[in-house]
Amino acid sequence: MNTECGAQAFNCIPVRLSEIPVLSPDVFREHVVRRVAENGRLVSLFGSPCGGGVRLYAVLGTADSGGFTVLAADAGDRYPALTPYCVQASWFEREIAEQWGIRPEEHPWLKPLRYHRAWRAGHDAWGRGPGEPIEPSVTAFYRVEGEEVHEVAVGPVHAGIIEPGHFRFQCHGENVMHLEISLGYQHRGIERRLTGEPSARTMHYMEALAGDTSIGHGLAYCQAMEALTRTPVSFRAEEIRGIALELERLANHAGDLGALSGDVGYLPTASFCGRLRGDLLNITALACGSRFGRGWLRPGGVAFDLTPDLPGQMVDRLERTSRDLTGAIELLFSSPSVMARFEETGALTPALCQELGLVGVAARACNVGRDVRFEHPAGIYRFVSIPLTTWPTGDVFARAQVRRGEIRQSTHFIRQRLEELSEGPACTAPARPPAADSLVISLVEGWRGEICHTIITGADGQIARYKVVDPSFHNWMGLALALRGQQISDFPLCNKSFNLSYCGFDL
Amino acid sequence: MIGALLARLSQGYRTLKYPEETPPLSGRYRGLPLLDGTRCPAECAVCTGLCPVGAITRREDKTRLDLGTCLFCGQCAAACPEHSLTFSQEHRMAVRQRDDLVFDGAGPFPHATALEPGLRRFLGRSLRLREVSAGGCNACEADTNVLSTISYDLARFGIQFVASPRHADGLLVTGPVTRNMESALMKTYEAVPEPKVVIAVGACAISGGMFSGHDEVGRGVGELLPVDLFVPGCPPHPLTILDGLLRLIGRVR
Repeated sequence: MNTECGAQAFNCIPVRLSEIPVLSPDVFREHVVRRVAENGRLVSLFGSPCGGGVRLYAVLGTADSGGFTVLAADAGDRYPALTPYCVQASWFEREIAEQWGIRPEEHPWLKPLRYHRAWRAGHDAWGRGPGEPIEPSVTAFYRVEGEEVHEVAVGPVHAGIIEPGHFRFQCHGENVMHLEISLGYQHRGIERRLTGEPSARTMHYMEALAGDTSIGHGLAYCQAMEALTRTPVSFRAEEIRGIALELERLANHAGDLGALSGDVGYLPTASFCGRLRGDLLNITALACGSRFGRGWLRPGGVAFDLTPDLPGQMVDRLERTSRDLTGAIELLFSSPSVMARFEETGALTPALCQELGLVGVAARACNVGRDVRFEHPAGIYRFVSIPLTTWPTGDVFARAQVRRGEIRQSTHFIRQRLEELSEGPACTAPARPPAADSLVISLVEGWRGEICHTIITGADGQIARYKVVDPSFHNWMGLALALRGQQISDFPLCNKSFNLSYCGFDL
Repeated sequence: MIGALLARLSQGYRTLKYPEETPPLSGRYRGLPLLDGTRCPAECAVCTGLCPVGAITRREDKTRLDLGTCLFCGQCAAACPEHSLTFSQEHRMAVRQRDDLVFDGAGPFPHATALEPGLRRFLGRSLRLREVSAGGCNACEADTNVLSTISYDLARFGIQFVASPRHADGLLVTGPVTRNMESALMKTYEAVPEPKVVIAVGACAISGGMFSGHDEVGRGVGELLPVDLFVPGCPPHPLTILDGLLRLIGRVR
């Protein structure tokens, strides 16, 4: 459908590229800014090679229709930045500048995001020559100066077993005035490699975009390829993929509540949840051999069917784990000393959440009902809904509370699906080539939040552009702003309450 | 307080009796491959064509599988028309030499041996490691982290992960070593006092794994540092990592 200012699209329904209007950069900016201001949201914004240049695509979420609007514009070597009028575009535009060597003019904070060379030889948004070294985090940082003001720099190597990232705090005494987050250390060049795919490695890349979200990202890819190749997926396979996705959520939420507990020094729940997370991962391993669900999914369905003995065993294990998990979580929430540390720490307002376009647990903890399973259902979620869990306070407590609620909902969903599993083929291998000259948006509600994969195919049906947006891409800015006015000693707690992905961001 | 005690009672004692007893693994777990190259017909190239990372090679009638790049996805075993390749339930796969991971199935598997006696005496009954995530996808990191949970209770073997490289006896590295992590990894290594050990965990850290050949990453930590222990897998099972560490300190032989 080609409307006045954009093509309408839905989750996992391909759109022909010819239906997407190509606007002038000025009109493009005007439409995106207006729609985001009118309660819309920037789901994805990226460049794609087109002729000799780069075409910008914006995927806008519309709150009312359950669909998206897709707009395009040819950028040239520079174009008027959206960011001064639309905060959500800020990191997207930094990414576009870095990947394609295009300059979004008047971007207020145009710095590299991942510290790599542009994908187009001879183009660089900062005018750096081909021989000039590009070092991570070697750039200007926002800096507050004055008496008693000091800067704290942390990372890339942190104290625990965590991924690398660099954090700069501007502090007045113990209080944080500003936090700037600098990433890119995990940049492996996956997105660039996906052009010209699919190949034998594609599914493995997906499972390693963020290793703790192998199912979430894997499912987004499978759904996109199924949509492009018009491959029907059996109800049984959709049910099993739903089970896989909710098991991933369950294990990670359990781990997060344990880690939050550990960060405030409440060790009973920390140690119980550490074990319970492992038991939940082992349920996934029971089904597919890998604790992270590696190899479980594939385009067309699942590679590992649940043999008749498995659903019963999985339910038994889930029951036992769930009983212990409930006990560990209730203990956490009934400890006044823990609640005192969770409440009013790292709070974001619903208005700020909307302005930043946060997703997932962080958004639902600000009373914003944003959940792909609910707003843009695909697969099993078109038929079986999971109630939305929200909490209004926006603080660490709210983010813990949302996880607590979702653990309950996911457990219920998994148990029910395992008990009522339908009959049918586990996998229907795609038989047709991917549709040519098309664009498909595939969204999955991963345990962190909205995962968005957008694929553009060329005239031969090969992937011309694969754009991945991990929920962390939207949410890192939320963490930075949650820290304002907090004590620096609360950083680990706030950080854990978001628990964002470094590699999912760095790609 | 009473609540915490009651919860502790109901949760029970959960530490595994490893290495004396191995907990049952999933029947679908893909551990050490069993390879019988003598069954491979001369012209067959089913597995070599399927492998997403080129871990299988056939030369001079010999079929070899490089466990250092293998993702353990099992597609080769599923497609092998001669059933000459299967994945066993054996989780013990750590080795001391990179070449030991290039595997033709003949002869016993060269499990890791303990550190040299002099170094072991120096370390005493403790091994303290600094972990460096150098481009990992957080799966190896996560399954290294679980070793510190009550299930595995790594500290009972005298092994601990420490915050500062200056307090460490060595590094445990995950990830292919991205260009952007190279300098941080080298600085961390330099900060560890001599003598020091380096442990590479996962296909990425051993060979670059699925990212090998990307301009943005290297081919594992071995390109930059001398590696004392290689733990294959994508990611390795926590027990595979634990077994490797215990062999390195001579706790398991």
